[in-house]
Amino acid sequence: MKRVIVWLRHHRAAAYVPLCAVALSLTTVSARGAEKPPIRIGVLASESGTAASAGHDMVTAWKLYWAEHGDTVDGRKIQFTFYDTGSDPARALTVARQAVEQDHVQMIVGPYLANEGLAVAPYAIEHKVPFLEPTVSADDLTQRKANKYVIRVAGWTSSQATHPAGAWAYDKGYRTVVTIADAYAFGYENVGGFNQTFTDKGGKVLKQIWTPLGNTDYSPYLSQIEAAKPDVVFVEMVGSDAVNFLKQWHAFGLKGKIPLIANETTTDQSNTRTLPPDVVEGIISFGHFAEGRSAPATQEFDTNFAGKTGKLPSYMAAAFFTAAQWIGDALLKVHANVEDTDAFLAAVRSVRLADSPFGPLQLDAYNNPIENVYVRRIEMVTGPLAAYGKTWNVVLKTYPNVSQFWNIPPQQYLKQPVYSTTFQGLKTP
Amino acid sequence: MGNAFYLQNVLGGLAHGSLLFLIAAGFTLIFGLMRIINLAQTAFYLLGAYVGLSLGLHGVNFWVAGMAGGVVATVVGLAIYGIFLHRYHASPLTALLLSLGFALIIDDGSLAIWGGDPQSIAPPHMFAESIHLGSLVFPEYWLALIVVSTVIAAGLLVFQQRTKFGAIIRAAVDDEEMARGLGIDVNRAFYFVFALGAFLAGLGGYLGGPITSAYPGLDGELLPLAFAIVIIGGMGSLEGAFIASMLIGLVNTFGRALFPELSYFTIFLPVALIMAIRPQGLFGRKLQ
Repeated sequence: MKRVIVWLRHHRAAAYVPLCAVALSLTTVSARGAEKPPIRIGVLASESGTAASAGHDMVTAWKLYWAEHGDTVDGRKIQFTFYDTGSDPARALTVARQAVEQDHVQMIVGPYLANEGLAVAPYAIEHKVPFLEPTVSADDLTQRKANKYVIRVAGWTSSQATHPAGAWAYDKGYRTVVTIADAYAFGYENVGGFNQTFTDKGGKVLKQIWTPLGNTDYSPYLSQIEAAKPDVVFVEMVGSDAVNFLKQWHAFGLKGKIPLIANETTTDQSNTRTLPPDVVEGIISFGHFAEGRSAPATQEFDTNFAGKTGKLPSYMAAAFFTAAQWIGDALLKVHANVEDTDAFLAAVRSVRLADSPFGPLQLDAYNNPIENVYVRRIEMVTGPLAAYGKTWNVVLKTYPNVSQFWNIPPQQYLKQPVYSTTFQGLKTP
Repeated sequence: MGNAFYLQNVLGGLAHGSLLFLIAAGFTLIFGLMRIINLAQTAFYLLGAYVGLSLGLHGVNFWVAGMAGGVVATVVGLAIYGIFLHRYHASPLTALLLSLGFALIIDDGSLAIWGGDPQSIAPPHMFAESIHLGSLVFPEYWLALIVVSTVIAAGLLVFQQRTKFGAIIRAAVDDEEMARGLGIDVNRAFYFVFALGAFLAGLGGYLGGPITSAYPGLDGELLPLAFAIVIIGGMGSLEGAFIASMLIGLVNTFGRALFPELSYFTIFLPVALIMAIRPQGLFGRKLQ
């Protein structure tokens, strides 16, 4: 210290220059800081509980985007706070409250599960907090209960990808179907979408089977399916249910005997990862994401995600990565002025992604993306990504720019109730 | 619905019952002997499944990996019993809550170590195929599990009925105080039974893995079934646990095949009937 003072005395004039520079920069930093505090984003993810794995993928992909693109927009830093929903709607609402009332976040991104989203939405609307949902798919949030604060950035509705599935199945020559799905809203909506377009063309639903979540033994249902002798089976399963269903479908000799088509989650990478290739290879499914899509936007995301985690991405990971891109674009449009909520919401609504891991994306008038739906088939991974996974979903056919209302005019579509056990969109008895 | 339909569901039910027995055997013995409702019993199952899975991925033989899963569950179980649970024989509620706490710790610990993706467990090579009998297709491994579980049940029964240590356990279940009065080291039986219960559940986790897979929350799915088995079979009764396991497996399978909307009702209907008609369970001793 003494030496520094001596040095300063001897070089007084010279010392002034850097000192002034430091002082100046300090004042400008603090002045800028006072003008523009960081943008506060609350990210709700299920980092524990049944959907913990999905939550982990979501957080990883979200961080991946900002690490690649910098967490500053127009000179303003973005500050994320992660909240664990515990895969539980009640807890999701509690942490949303904490985020808004204690931490004063300016928008909520997440959560994962439909029931968590349904719990948080009314609260976000009441407090006028933009509620941006990359994965919550409950149909009504952008249909009969659409609200300007609720926007599915890089999201989807449950029945969006299954409308094309029903039409595709009929065109393929299948005339009768047995459906099997988890007994909760996501299952009802997935299957309802399939049934509506399948029966609209003249197909017939022989039997609908609803299985409890967390079921481990599907053999009794498989025997019912065989007894019904359908042309095709449509299945929706999530998480461990998907793993056990696919394994038993193979072990009980139905694979290759009855054609099976699946919704997106059943053959999502998060479920098929640990399944042997002969169990899943060749299964056709319908989804808004296909990790085996050859477009550069998807392949680049796959590569970066695999480099970070050692595994191929699930659709949840793709959704949070793309949501980050979407929000980043919207923030740029309003020059990071997130305080003007209406202008920010308008900017979010106006974002158009020419390409993304999902493909091109833009919102409809009800805040749900118009997006590609892919007819996917499980094949062995080829190319450099083969080091990170055994099988993946490749694209057989693309339905471009699919709306949540399929080809039905929205007003007319919204007159029918939301899909449930009692309304399955059936056109033929 | 032809014969294949019924045969498939009978076999499916028995296979499901077989894996339930491996959980319920320990559950009922611990309950009968120590009056501890060990809610961590299905967490041992999950732990065994994950440990076996890790070894299996490194090329360890299926049955050896299963045994290792059982051994790790035993070590964890003994630690839980020896350090904490053994103090609370006199207060079942404390023991119950404590075991629930450990179940949550094992759950979250597994999540931290093995992640949350549902993990499929491959059956051993020799039983990897399915048998074809006319129009019936049935996985060989499911049949193997029925055999393995039945052999284990028979071994346990012989041990309990024909060995001195088995007699000590039966005596302590019937009347602990009298057994102590006769100079029997009942504490040794406690440790042994808790270790055995944890071992069977851990072994069951990996042996049942090809059917249930391993995933966070699996233990919670299995616990109500284990309860139902203990109630139907009678607490402390091994033969009761075996028969009730098979019964629950069959009722559960046929219930879902014939009345899919009533799946939970069909499991707990027999429980309610037993509670009303024979509260001590099929093989339990009358409550004093």
